Amino acid sequence: MSQKDDVYFWEGAREGRLLLRSCAACGRIAHPPVPMCPHCHSLEWGTQQASGRGTVYAWIDSRHPSRPDSPSRIVALIDLEEGVRIVSNLRGTALDAIEPDAPVEVFFEEINGHAMPQFRIVEGRQ
Amino acid sequence: MNGIRDTAIVGIGQTEFSKNSGRSELQLAAEASLAAISDAGLSPADIDGMVTFTLDSNDELDLMRCLGIAELNWTARGPFGGAAASATMQLASAAVASGAARAVLIYRAFNERSGRRFGQPDAGGYAAAMSGPDFHFAYGLDTPAKIYALWYQRYMRKYGVTSEDLGRYVVVAREHAATNPAAWFYGKPITLDDHQNSRWIVEPILHLLDCCQESDGGVAIVVTSADRAKDMKNGGVRVLAATQSHRFGGQIMFDYYRDDLAEFEETRTMTERLWKDSGLGPSDIDVAMIYENFSPVVFLALEGHGFCKRGEAKDFIRDGHIRLDGSLPLNTHGGLLGEAYIHGVNNILEGVRQIRGTAANQVAQARHVLVSASRSGMILGPLDT
Repeated sequence: MSQKDDVYFWEGAREGRLLLRSCAACGRIAHPPVPMCPHCHSLEWGTQQASGRGTVYAWIDSRHPSRPDSPSRIVALIDLEEGVRIVSNLRGTALDAIEPDAPVEVFFEEINGHAMPQFRIVEGRQ
Repeated sequence: MNGIRDTAIVGIGQTEFSKNSGRSELQLAAEASLAAISDAGLSPADIDGMVTFTLDSNDELDLMRCLGIAELNWTARGPFGGAAASATMQLASAAVASGAARAVLIYRAFNERSGRRFGQPDAGGYAAAMSGPDFHFAYGLDTPAKIYALWYQRYMRKYGVTSEDLGRYVVVAREHAATNPAAWFYGKPITLDDHQNSRWIVEPILHLLDCCQESDGGVAIVVTSADRAKDMKNGGVRVLAATQSHRFGGQIMFDYYRDDLAEFEETRTMTERLWKDSGLGPSDIDVAMIYENFSPVVFLALEGHGFCKRGEAKDFIRDGHIRLDGSLPLNTHGGLLGEAYIHGVNNILEGVRQIRGTAANQVAQARHVLVSASRSGMILGPLDT
């Protein structure tokens, strides 16, 4: 099996850490990851642990398109403090209670047998 | 021969558009191709190039075996799903302009409703293909509607675009389809209330009627030199410009990783090239065909093309500019929402009909037609331009 470029992310998730791929030469973060740094062309990578804090950029309700009573799952774009945007799920909130730029924090949960980052809205912090 | 503007579309062909064709995708491709070749007054032996999408399931050699084409000297396939729709024209015209081929057949055919439904979760078999989680699908982004809705929300919020605004586009598209006998929704216009009352596909962005159809059907186009076009059965429609623009940091579908998702830079930079190559500008365009997988993309495209200012597409549409009697009749066949979703290539055929003067909803004196698919586009005009 070929080596995938995102192994670090899921290994980090299993340890409860939100890891971003950063270039070993110039330090820039690449997300989604690529094997060559587009800025300095280095092929050496390290990881940087994200704080897990960020804000909501956009969100939708993910249901089966032709089964309206199927379970709801909120998918969101999260802007991390590190200046990186990631796709994740927003948990513990109602669809109509979400505001743009709402502050969020990461937690990890096993979904379909894999540890995955999830986010929840942080109350009382602006 | 100098370039793309020395090439022309000389034939168009299509099958009926349905929800259940009852035959193979290859048969649809063959029927549409033969119709296009015959429309040009050519025979299959004259075809020496083929262009389609990377996603098309019909193998070039299989299509040759159907049509009886003896030899091909050019094949090319456009990537990025629907973004390939208009790119096919650049690929075909570039081949003719360079001398690599004399007559190129563009085709796109599928059973996208009765066969594998791309709009349904995991129709692409992603889950089976993946050994573990990924950055998108695993979180629930499993249909194009969800993937794009997440993206359109920023545009709608930034410019105060409401669902009713989206509905005003859909009403016009369905109005155009209602008087196009080839359209699936022929004779079936809708009201804004119908749009608002249609069920959510992706709350809080897309209702059912904001979504393109899932269709079965095939379309084909024959491209050759403008010189040769003069002697063709139905003349030619000149390709005044055809180009693509793909930018650093972009992604297909999951295009979330750029700074401001409310702007669609590729449409703007692609269109700038069209203006530069054709010597035309937005006010020279008489009719436009804009690829719409979902209604919001029309708004982004109208602005990206420069037909109106940023954030003003909702006013442009509300003021009637895109209707048949407006300043820029748009998707006069009904678009992919109203006519059929043949992956956007049916939009090129409607552009050709407008210039030929044979469209069901013909716009008087249509000379310059812009056909676009977000990242790719073309300007068509009469042979004598």
